[in-house]
Amino acid sequence: MATVSIREARKAFGQFEVLHGVSVEIEDGEFVVLVGPSGCGKSTLLRMLAGLENITGGEIAIGGRVVNNVPPKDRDIAMVFQNYALYPHMTVFDNMGFSMKLAKAPKDVMEREVGRAARILGLEQLLHRYPRQLSGGQRQRVAMGRAIVRSPQVFLFDEPLSNLDAKLRVQMRSEIKELHQRLKVTTVYVTHDQIEAMTMADKIVVMNSGNIEQTGRPLDLYDRPANLFVAGFIGSPAMNMLEGEVTDGHFRGPDGTAWPLPQAGKAGTNGAGVVYGVRPEHLRIDPDGIPATVQIVEPTGSETQVALRVGEQALIGAFRERVSARPGEVLPISPDPDLVHLFDRKTGRRIDAGQPA
Amino acid sequence: MAGTDVSAHWVRPHIEPSWLARLFDWKPFLIFICMLPAAGLLLVFLTYPLGLGIWLAFTDTTIGRSGVWIGLENFEYMMGDRLFWQAVFYSVFYTAVATIGKFALGLWLALLLNNHLPFKSMLRAIILLPWIVPTVLSAIAFWWIYDAQFSIISYVVVDVLGWRDTYFDFLGSAWPARWSLIAANIWRGIPFVAITLLAGLQTISPSLYEAALLDGSTGWQRFRYITFPLLLPILAIVMTFSIIFTFTDFQLVYAITRGGPVNSTHLLATLAFQRGIPGGNLGEGAAIAVSMIPFLVFATLFSYFALARRKWQQGESND
Repeated sequence: MATVSIREARKAFGQFEVLHGVSVEIEDGEFVVLVGPSGCGKSTLLRMLAGLENITGGEIAIGGRVVNNVPPKDRDIAMVFQNYALYPHMTVFDNMGFSMKLAKAPKDVMEREVGRAARILGLEQLLHRYPRQLSGGQRQRVAMGRAIVRSPQVFLFDEPLSNLDAKLRVQMRSEIKELHQRLKVTTVYVTHDQIEAMTMADKIVVMNSGNIEQTGRPLDLYDRPANLFVAGFIGSPAMNMLEGEVTDGHFRGPDGTAWPLPQAGKAGTNGAGVVYGVRPEHLRIDPDGIPATVQIVEPTGSETQVALRVGEQALIGAFRERVSARPGEVLPISPDPDLVHLFDRKTGRRIDAGQPA
Repeated sequence: MAGTDVSAHWVRPHIEPSWLARLFDWKPFLIFICMLPAAGLLLVFLTYPLGLGIWLAFTDTTIGRSGVWIGLENFEYMMGDRLFWQAVFYSVFYTAVATIGKFALGLWLALLLNNHLPFKSMLRAIILLPWIVPTVLSAIAFWWIYDAQFSIISYVVVDVLGWRDTYFDFLGSAWPARWSLIAANIWRGIPFVAITLLAGLQTISPSLYEAALLDGSTGWQRFRYITFPLLLPILAIVMTFSIIFTFTDFQLVYAITRGGPVNSTHLLATLAFQRGIPGGNLGEGAAIAVSMIPFLVFATLFSYFALARRKWQQGESND
């Protein structure tokens, strides 16, 4: 177990820089998720941590030791790959014990360690099988078992669940989290799925085009997104965003509709170029609210998602109650003013209450 | 829906198919028609010559005179023919040494080309050159390289570098000629091996190497435990083909030495031709050619068993 610090890490492929100096501090035993859209550099950062990509600039330290020039095998890390990277010609036992075989560990030690990992993951019955004969979830477990056998200081996961079907993904998600709670090994996990990030992480690092947009605990990111990117990325369905201006203690949308502002933010925030963000689940049906036209109604059982239109502005509402409205009808809605987020349109930054726009 | 006027819709008329359409819809006829061209080609150009060759091997046919059935006489004569046994020996030796050479060098070249190199595609094209040049043309080039008087190798070693006093005698005596032909065959065979093994190497997922790297492997261990076992299936196929092509080689030997000096470099194929066409003894030549069949059957069986899908390649059964 170890801390990991990434300080001003840069990565360039030739002239093309893909990471522009990112810094993350990871505490001992922490579960950190790097999340972002494809091509944001999250996997590259993980591979730099593993030693599979060299570090163009900055510093990466594992357990206080700078590893910039340490070969992968000496970094004391284990990685689970997106496609699992199981050796197809070796049995589960040989796959899991391969690192020990290379290190010329005695046979009985190898059997003990592989057996221990197999017990943790429930793989005892499958040790003689080949990867081809395993289901997706079992392969995933073998890949994790291979990492556990090495008892590393840091676990690295590179989108490990993206090849599984939706149901298995949810199951493996909790298995990985449980494993982490049991082993308490520092873990860095890469995903593009914000739900995975929200449910698993102690700390989320949101990345976008080679930069870190925000670092924080999952609910902090949800409650106080630092900028428009994080606001749009975290939360599903995504936050509704209206462009307009703040005048007379109200937000005026593009077609002049007045939207209420947070109590604390009424004073001081005046001006144009404001983005008004409200999450679908923070809209409620209110007979005195803003009239919105229903476009599509999507009941999911636990809630009902309704695609709405206010003037030219499309909105999504997620209501706990069952909505009987039909497309074309008018549904009056109003946002919870205290859960509204304001952003500066130009910089994309969050505007905090009381702070001038 | 307001209107109930059905007649406004177009209804597909029922057309009775013609007898020709019905004939082509009849499966047995269709199968026969579709198989005919391929079966015809195989019969005329494969089965007939093979059958004729085997039949000739049991006759005393010579050029200009159709022979009579003489049973195993040709084969009995062959058993006592020192030249035949020499050709058997050289065919096996030639195949074994050339195959080992081709695979050692071809695998090495494939591993090199699998790395990130500048001008990778151009290098691959250059590697293929010996393969695309017609064999006879490269044989003539080698003939000159091995020439007693004009050999470029002798020129460089003797006249330029001064390492030797006399020119090499490549093709003048038995063993140098045998090794020279093997060298030429290796040169010609490397591209085939290198390119096919390269294709095999590219099917190995790079993440396996990365996983092995993290597992603490050295370069040699990655070759030994990852590359080689995963390459083995394709290696077996390529080796089978290579053995068959090398064992039945004719062009290279015939163009460079014609089996000489003193019949020392005859392969079974060149000896069969020598006896059958210039020598005129079609029956005897055919018998020598037929005697290659057991060797080729053995090579094919080897491939059949070596290629049998290994356990790890088998499908995802859950037993």
